[in-house]
Amino acid sequence: MIINMTVNGEARNAVVAGSESLLTTLREELGLPGSKNACEQGECGSCTVILDGALVTSCLVMSADCEDSEITTVEGLSTDRELHAVQRALLDAGAVQCGFCTPGFVVAAAHLFEENRHPSSETIREALSGNICRCTGYGAILRGLEALAQEPS
Amino acid sequence: MEFSRPASTEEAAAIKAADPGATILAGGTDLMVEVNFGHASPDHVIGLRRVDDLADYQDTRIGAGVTWARLEECSHRALAQAARTVGSPQIRAAGTIGGNIGTASPAGDGLPWLAAAEAEIEVYSTTRGTRLVSWDQFFTGVKQNALADDEVITAAVLPENVPSVQEFAKIGQRSAMVISTVSACVMRDDEGSIRVALGAVAPTPIRVRQAEALVSGQSNPSEALLEEFARTVSAEVKPITDHRSTEAYRRHASGVLARRLLERCLAQ
Repeated sequence: MIINMTVNGEARNAVVAGSESLLTTLREELGLPGSKNACEQGECGSCTVILDGALVTSCLVMSADCEDSEITTVEGLSTDRELHAVQRALLDAGAVQCGFCTPGFVVAAAHLFEENRHPSSETIREALSGNICRCTGYGAILRGLEALAQEPS
Repeated sequence: MEFSRPASTEEAAAIKAADPGATILAGGTDLMVEVNFGHASPDHVIGLRRVDDLADYQDTRIGAGVTWARLEECSHRALAQAARTVGSPQIRAAGTIGGNIGTASPAGDGLPWLAAAEAEIEVYSTTRGTRLVSWDQFFTGVKQNALADDEVITAAVLPENVPSVQEFAKIGQRSAMVISTVSACVMRDDEGSIRVALGAVAPTPIRVRQAEALVSGQSNPSEALLEEFARTVSAEVKPITDHRSTEAYRRHASGVLARRLLERCLAQ
């Protein structure tokens, strides 16, 4: 079936097979491999996207349920010229090891900072509780985002 | 695969009645795991995510489509506590209380609260209209419930007098993104009657009536009585050993958790 959705501000018509997940559609049909496929059960957060304003794991969204939906993936957060503030903060803190989980962390953190420009450390931790870094690089991720939270608006 | 997008509960029920084998999709946080792992390959899915009338929240009637993210902010203290323990922010933004009720997992995080609150599950079919099923009649076994093939879960309906003194907690291997090893909800009403409900320690959410009777009306129970209460809870639950925990640990933890929540209720 064909599903019409707006992805990163652009109208897209995706050819969707059966009950496939939004993650599969994004990666294999729409050429957006930034959202990563790891656990396929919503546990790791590496496929996190923003769906109609809500932070969700795209592996647990059925693409057929996305008709007329608006989706933002990690690719939609930055331009060729400018990184998203969260990406810059993580880069400055050296908060990337293997990098596989990074897109999910970036989207989750971007969603948090959209709602709350100066989150506390505890709020940051809780907002990222659905994202797992298998390199266990949490310290630098938190330091980077705590520094961003301290920056003037 | 066919995908239906009803605009209303009425329309959703009509589609379900016309194809009783169709699969209901709410937040997707249970169904999509089954799909991704090849355990489910539905021929016809009815998507309820954008059925607005299901997402209506009232203190005495919680629409099936209300998400955990919304319930984190609700006025029922222990339900908000339970909502906050569901999965992660991503899961709470998608998952709904109706999905929890429909899946009827023994470990469903919202179910002990529904049991303690003595909720009724509201279901709807086009032929029989609205039917209310008490929580203990609705949950019939592990992932089994009393929903008929032509029905849709529409709400959890609550009595007017849900005790305001209420506490929920669960035990798991981490604070986030964890399926309960044991979960519990304790409520204390104005007369001092105690309700104790537990999850993940029986095929369905359960109330432990002997333990409730032991401490009801006691505003300042002795240490000996609290110990007896915990022992009675441990004896009344019916846990199993599985990949998450053992029967012995679940029994022990049930008593510890229920006692802790009781003490929190008594301190309010």
